[in-house]
Formats: sequence, C-alpha cells, structure tokens
Amino acid sequence: MSKDNEIAVDIQNVTKMFGGFTALKGVSLDIRDNEFFTLLGPSGCGKTTLLRLIAGFEEISNGAILLYGQNIADLLPNNRPVNTVFQQYALFPHMNVTDNVMFGLLRLGQEKSKAINRVNEVLELVRLSDFADRMPSQLSGGQQQRVALARALAPSPKVLLLDEPLSALDLKLRQAVRLELQQIQVQTGITFIFVTHDQEEALTMSNRIAVLEGGRVQQVGSAREIYEAPENKFVADFIGETNLIDVNVSNLEAGKGSCILPGGEKITCSAARGARSGPGHLSVRPERIKISASSKSLLKGTAVRHIYLGTDLHIEVKLNTGGNVTVRMQNSTQIQIPDVGQSVGLDFDPSSARLLVD
Amino acid sequence: MAIKSLDIRHFTGFQPLTLLCLFLLYAPLIIVMIYSFNDSNSITRWDTVSLRWYYDLFYGVDAPKFKAAAINSVSIAIMAAISATIIATMAATAMLRAGRFRGKSVSFALINLPLMVPEIVTAVATLIFFSAIGFTTGYLTILIAHIVFCIPFAYLPIAARMQGIEEVYEQAAQDLYATRFQAFRLILLPLMAPGIMSGFLLAFIISLDDFIITNFVKGAGVETLPTVIFGAVKQGIKPNIMAISTLLLVVSVGFVALSYFVGRIGEKANPTTTKKGE
Amino acid sequence: MANLPKTTTKGSARTYDGFGIPLIIPTWIIIGFFLVIPVAMMLVYSFLTKEFRGGVIWEFSIGAYDQFFFYRGLFGDSPPTIEWTYIGIFWRSIWQAGLATFFCLLIGFPTAWFIATRTGRNKTIWLFLITIPYWVNLLIRTISMKFLIRDNGPLNEFFLSIGIISEPLHIINTNFAVQLGLFYSYLPFMVLPIYAAVERYNFALSEAAADLYASRTVTLTKVILPTVKPGIIAGCILVFVPSLGAFLAPDLLGGAKNFMIGSLIEEQFKGAAGNWPFGAAASMILLSLVLIVLTFYARSQTKDQI
Repeated sequence: MSKDNEIAVDIQNVTKMFGGFTALKGVSLDIRDNEFFTLLGPSGCGKTTLLRLIAGFEEISNGAILLYGQNIADLLPNNRPVNTVFQQYALFPHMNVTDNVMFGLLRLGQEKSKAINRVNEVLELVRLSDFADRMPSQLSGGQQQRVALARALAPSPKVLLLDEPLSALDLKLRQAVRLELQQIQVQTGITFIFVTHDQEEALTMSNRIAVLEGGRVQQVGSAREIYEAPENKFVADFIGETNLIDVNVSNLEAGKGSCILPGGEKITCSAARGARSGPGHLSVRPERIKISASSKSLLKGTAVRHIYLGTDLHIEVKLNTGGNVTVRMQNSTQIQIPDVGQSVGLDFDPSSARLLVD
Repeated sequence: MAIKSLDIRHFTGFQPLTLLCLFLLYAPLIIVMIYSFNDSNSITRWDTVSLRWYYDLFYGVDAPKFKAAAINSVSIAIMAAISATIIATMAATAMLRAGRFRGKSVSFALINLPLMVPEIVTAVATLIFFSAIGFTTGYLTILIAHIVFCIPFAYLPIAARMQGIEEVYEQAAQDLYATRFQAFRLILLPLMAPGIMSGFLLAFIISLDDFIITNFVKGAGVETLPTVIFGAVKQGIKPNIMAISTLLLVVSVGFVALSYFVGRIGEKANPTTTKKGE
Repeated sequence: MANLPKTTTKGSARTYDGFGIPLIIPTWIIIGFFLVIPVAMMLVYSFLTKEFRGGVIWEFSIGAYDQFFFYRGLFGDSPPTIEWTYIGIFWRSIWQAGLATFFCLLIGFPTAWFIATRTGRNKTIWLFLITIPYWVNLLIRTISMKFLIRDNGPLNEFFLSIGIISEPLHIINTNFAVQLGLFYSYLPFMVLPIYAAVERYNFALSEAAADLYASRTVTLTKVILPTVKPGIIAGCILVFVPSLGAFLAPDLLGGAKNFMIGSLIEEQFKGAAGNWPFGAAASMILLSLVLIVLTFYARSQTKDQI
C-alpha cells in the first residue's frame, strides 16, 4: 500500500509511433511512490514500449512523462534515476558478479571501497553473497536474474523497472521469486513498475495493476477491483476466466443495471462505467455459479463436458437457449457431479455478476 | 538405408577428383618448401638437407636487400593494419549501431569498393593520383595505398562480431548511468575484442602479401618483401628465393590461422549470448 | 499539463544515434580521397596527351583510345583501320579468364560437392585443407608453380626419371601455363560459394525425387542444379573478374608471348617506354568490362528473388 500519495511517475497522454505503427495511443497513468505497480497485457499491447519510454531507450512521439514532477523527456537514459531489470538479464558477460553489480555505482562516481560495501549489502539482499566472484556464464537462470536485480538495486534508484523478469524461470522458482520480489519492494521502499503477461503474477504481487491492450489502458485498479469489477469485455476475459452471456442491458443507474436472462428471469446487478442500454454482455465468473437442484434456477441447460484440473472440476453446460457456460466446482467428494447429458439448473448471486458492453 | 546407386551424395569419381584437386593445390608449395632445404647450388639437383639457404638469407650477399625489404614490409603492415582496424571499427559502429544517417548506403558501397575494383586498376589509379598531386612515390604512398585496401578486410570480422553482440548490453550500461562513450569503451569494445584482433591480423597479412599495388606505387628507392622477391625471380630463381618463399609462406598461413583462432577463443571466453532458464 | 507539441515517428532508437556521420567520416576520407578520386583522375588521364618519359601533358586528346582501337599507318596519317593488337590482347584475356573459369568449375564443382556432402567434423577438415593454400601469398604461389613446371623443374625431372617422356615438356611460357596459374590462383573462389550453396541444400528433397523413380542424373540436373545455381554463378564471377585483370600468372608463367591485359597495362607505366594515357585508357576499359559483368550479376541476383 502506498504510504503517501506522492506521484512517482506521471504518464500524461503518451503516444508512441514507430513509423506507421502506433504502439501507444494516449496512455495516461499515475504511479504512486512506494507502489508495486504492474503493467499487464498480452504480447504486443505496448507494455514493454511504455517501460522503455520511462527508462529512456525510446523517444515519446507525443505527451509527457514526469518523474517526481520533473519532465524527463529530454534526459538520456544515463541521466534518469531509474534502473531496469531486463528480460534477458543482460549481465555483462566479460565481468564477474561483483563487477556487474558495482557498475552503476562506479559510473556515479562512488569510491571503489564504498561501492564494494554496497555490493555486498545488495548481494545479501538477493541471497547471492557466495557467488560474488562467479562469471555470468557460470550461473543458472535464477541466479542470473537475481544478479540483474541486485545490479539494478545497488544505485538505490527511485524507480525500478522490471521487464518480464520471471518469464524464463520454471513454475516453482517463479513462485518463490515472486514472494522475494514483493518482500524486497516493501523492504527497500522503491517504486516497482513490473511488466508481465501472466495475470496470476500480476494479481499476487501488485498494489495496483494497469491492464493494457492495443496500446491503450483498459483499466487501472487493485487486483480485487480488476477481478471483481472489470470495466470491459477484454479485462473480464483476460483476467481469470469468465462467462459472457449476451443480454440486453436496461435501467442503467448509479453503477447498476438490469437485464433479462435467456431463461426469462430479470436480474439487477452492477454495471461497468461504460455500459449503455442495449445489447451487451453479462459477465459471471465460473466459480460463482452453483449447480442447483431446484427447478426455479436462473439458467437451465445440459452438462456436456467434464474438465478435470486436479484441484477443480470444470463443467461445461450447454444452455437450453443456446451458448455455453462453464461452471467451476471444487474437486471434493461431497458435491454431486452432474453426469454428461444430465439436465442441470444454474444459480448465481446477481451481485457477483456484472454488465459490460464492449 | 540409402541404396548406393541412388544416393545423391555419392558420385563415384568425385572423391578422387577432390583428392587430385588438393594434390594440385599443395604440390607446388610443398616442393618449394622441400627444395628450400636443398644443399645443392642448383635448384634442380637434389643434394642433402641443409639450412644453407636460410643462412644465406640472413648473412649472404642479398641479405641487406632482403632485410631492408622485410623491415619495410613489416612496418608498413603494422601501421596499415592499425589504421585500417581503427577506421573499420568506427565504420562498423556507424553502420551497425548508429541508426539511419545520410549517405549510409553509399558508405556501405565505399567500404566494399576496394574489393570490387581489380587490383591493377587500383594500382594504376593510385599511381596517377600521386603523380598528379605531385606527391613523391615511396614509403608513404605505399602505406596510404595499403590502408585503403586493408579497410574492407579488417571490417569483415569486426562487423561480424559486432553484429553478434546484442545492443541490450550497451542499453543496460546506459541504464546504469554510463555515458554513450563509456558504454562503448567499457562494454562494446571489450566484447568486440576478438573481432578487432581478428581484423587486425587479417589486415596485417593482406598488407604484408600485397604485390601489384605496392609494385606500382613504390617508386624507385623502396622495396617490400614481395617486390624484392619478384625482382629476384625475374633474374632467375635462386635457392635463397625458395628459402624466403617458405618463410613467407609459413608466416602467412600462421597469421591467418591465428586470426581465425583468436576469433574462436574470444567467442568461447566471452559468449555474447547469456543462457536463460535452468 | 505539460504537453509537448512535438510528434516524431522515428523507428526504434539505436545506441549511437546521431553519431553515424562522425564515425564514418574517416572511411569517407580514406577511401573517397584515395580510391574514388584516383579512379576519377585515371579517367581524366585517359583523355590527356602522353609525355615522353612517362607522365602526361595536360592537353586534352582522345589519342589514347584512338591508339587502342585504330591503326593509322606508320606515320599516323593513313586512313584508320581497326587496330587488332590491343583488342586482341583484351579478347585473349577474356578468353583465358573464361577458360580458367571453366576449368575451375569443372574441378571445383565436384570438389565442393564432395566436401559439402561429408559429415560432421570431416566437413570442416576438408574445408580447411582446401582453403589453407589460399592463405599463402599469391606471389609465392605463382612462383612455386613456375618453379614446378619449368623445363628443368621437378615435374619434368620426375616425368623424365620414370620414363614417360624423353625430352622435357615445354610447359612454361605457354597458354597452358597461364591457365594453370589462373586455376591455381583462384580455385578456392569457385569452391567456396558452391560449397555454401550445396551445404544449404536439403538432401531430403532429392531423396523424395529418387522415391519418384528419378535417376541420379535427372535428380541432379532438374532438382539440385537450379537450387545450387546461385552458388555456381557467384563462383564463376569470383574467378572470372580477378582472372581478367591478373598480372602475376601471365607475367611469370606466360612470358612475353602471352600478353594479357594486366601485363599490357603494367608495361605502360614502366619507365621510358611508357604511355600513361594509354595505360589509363586500357585500365578504364578493363574497369568498364568488370562493371558490366558485375551489373549483370547483380541484376541476375535480384531477378532470382522473384
């Protein structure tokens, strides 16, 4: 959680074009001091481009980026108090770990003896003190990643940029490193701007998330806000899984709206800010739907498939009115699992559903 | 299992032909090397093995001539190679790391131009040029002409090596507060070192070996090893020519081999791709 | 809101953006000043008048070209007829270069094919073996060839000693010797491009052809040759062009009777007998020939891309 409301990085209506291709279209974001902020989106959405603009490796086509109130557009990367952990780590192959981590400190003019102290401090923080003399080619992927982190932390930057640093690691390692990264962020108080396409990563690590797609910000908010209250179809679908049922939206008022379900029932639930009357979607998460025994369920259909996922079971239900809905059940022996071909009723709490338009 | 008669990889007769080819390529050189150890005065009659003609090179009648020529050759080669390497490194940085600039495609043509123009044409043109501007032909004109044609040879390994180094290292350096010059000096240059060394060695040997252009622009007073050897051959092949030819032969092969292996060792010691993952 | 009004549409930024021109200037100076301008000067010189003891008089004349193409009698006042001497030399050089290219192709193609179809480390070893002789100084190579084939050289001695011939073969100072010299000088230039092309060839394709009952020759000519053609053409160019302007092989191995372009040009700049404008003109003609060949090559490359 951010301690103060000071804005660390203020991205104002930034557009970036590469020749004829527009990678970022009028992106505006406020990233707060001491925040773990994530840029989340699929490949090509512009998140890495935005990171590179903040770091200074690309020039802004239009708009401005302010770092603690100062416009940094004219500053070369080496003049910005911002450091990057690169996706490929980019450890200098001809220097050992200590020299790699010390690099930034020496360029800033620090005395070598003081620099070495700081290097040892940071290596301890990432738990690599024993590897100080190794060459990068002698390190495993996970170790290289930690050296890259240490190298970027050593100069005590105000903002740390991380470009998909965990994508090359295997699952178990990734989960362990996620926790470590969070702890380091809290411990050092540095503002982290983290780029990833993995939504689980984003949800577990971040204070706030900005979802990007097609060069635009789709939504900004905490993990809970984005998951529970997606603002459009893309966000609802990209984060976790959801069922999108075509409905007609009406009675929009104060963040709520009504619609008529395919089965005929009318419900009122929350509505996205951009919702308008007319054709739209009802978003219901699979885990919010229950198989109902009663005959007065909101939706009716036939179970057509089981998907076994170990911890969960997904049941695909074909609605009587057409279209499929996925229901998520915990894999527990106490629950009655409908057989394939069996008629089922589906119920959900309307307050957990959401009306969206695009 | 490929039926031999249908196996397109095996044409009978290709192997013997290849062996013949290799024989044709090596035979003259090996014979020269053998005869350089011939003790006899005549180059055709085989006597006993001796180092007599090598001794003659260093202490005989022609020795001062060869020595002066060797000094010229080596000193010109060193200076030409150094100059060409520096210029080629700057050129490679411009072509591969400096984005677009006016005249970039022309620059590429320029770098390769010495390779396209027939040597004799280059020789004539250079001689005419120096004569036209009234520059006396001699040591300096040889040096300048050598720098020109050494540039593309130095450029090739340097550019190849630079291309293999991803720009992300220099970006990381800048991210860590290095100026662009510091990024060049501390990151790019060390990583490129094998390529630069390779280019230097290649340029050195190209300069050392050159005959046609050197012959044209050297004027009367200066000789290099190839020109002095040529002059001597014109008067008839003597055994000490065999000796110096063998020496030059061994040096040439040695240097090119060195150039190649330096490049390979450098690649192994400083791999320009870092491993990722476990 | 600090909204910068500028809008740029550059491509991705490079590290040393903006430093391109300062870095490339030394190259421009050295090669521009000491190669491009000299060639231009050579063009100019070919239109000047010759000075008696070499060098030129700065007086415009097309005498050099005229001398090359036309014969105007002993005193220079007869009506012009075609001067075949120099054209003949050029023609003979083209012929020699072409023959050399042909022989290089004849022997080089199977060699390249053989090496490219070896497996693993053997391939590298064969390749090394083929290229090492090339690393030797061209002058030394030519001298060693001269030494070998002389009338009383080792080759003749060997043939005499085993009784194949009763008199030494007169190889030196013949067309054949020059051919041998050119072949020896430029063979690797034919082998390497063909090797590269064959190496890239996917032999599974030809195994498919064999599966369809094509005989080996058919597979070779109809399937493989078209794919390997670019390598063959590259090799031919790389042998033909240097052979055309070659000096060492014709001079050391061909002697006075086998004048080629290289020797003709060299003669013009040697001391008192020289004719600089004429030499410059001959060089220009050679350069034009080479440029024509290279242009044809470049165009055939781009046509093949379709």
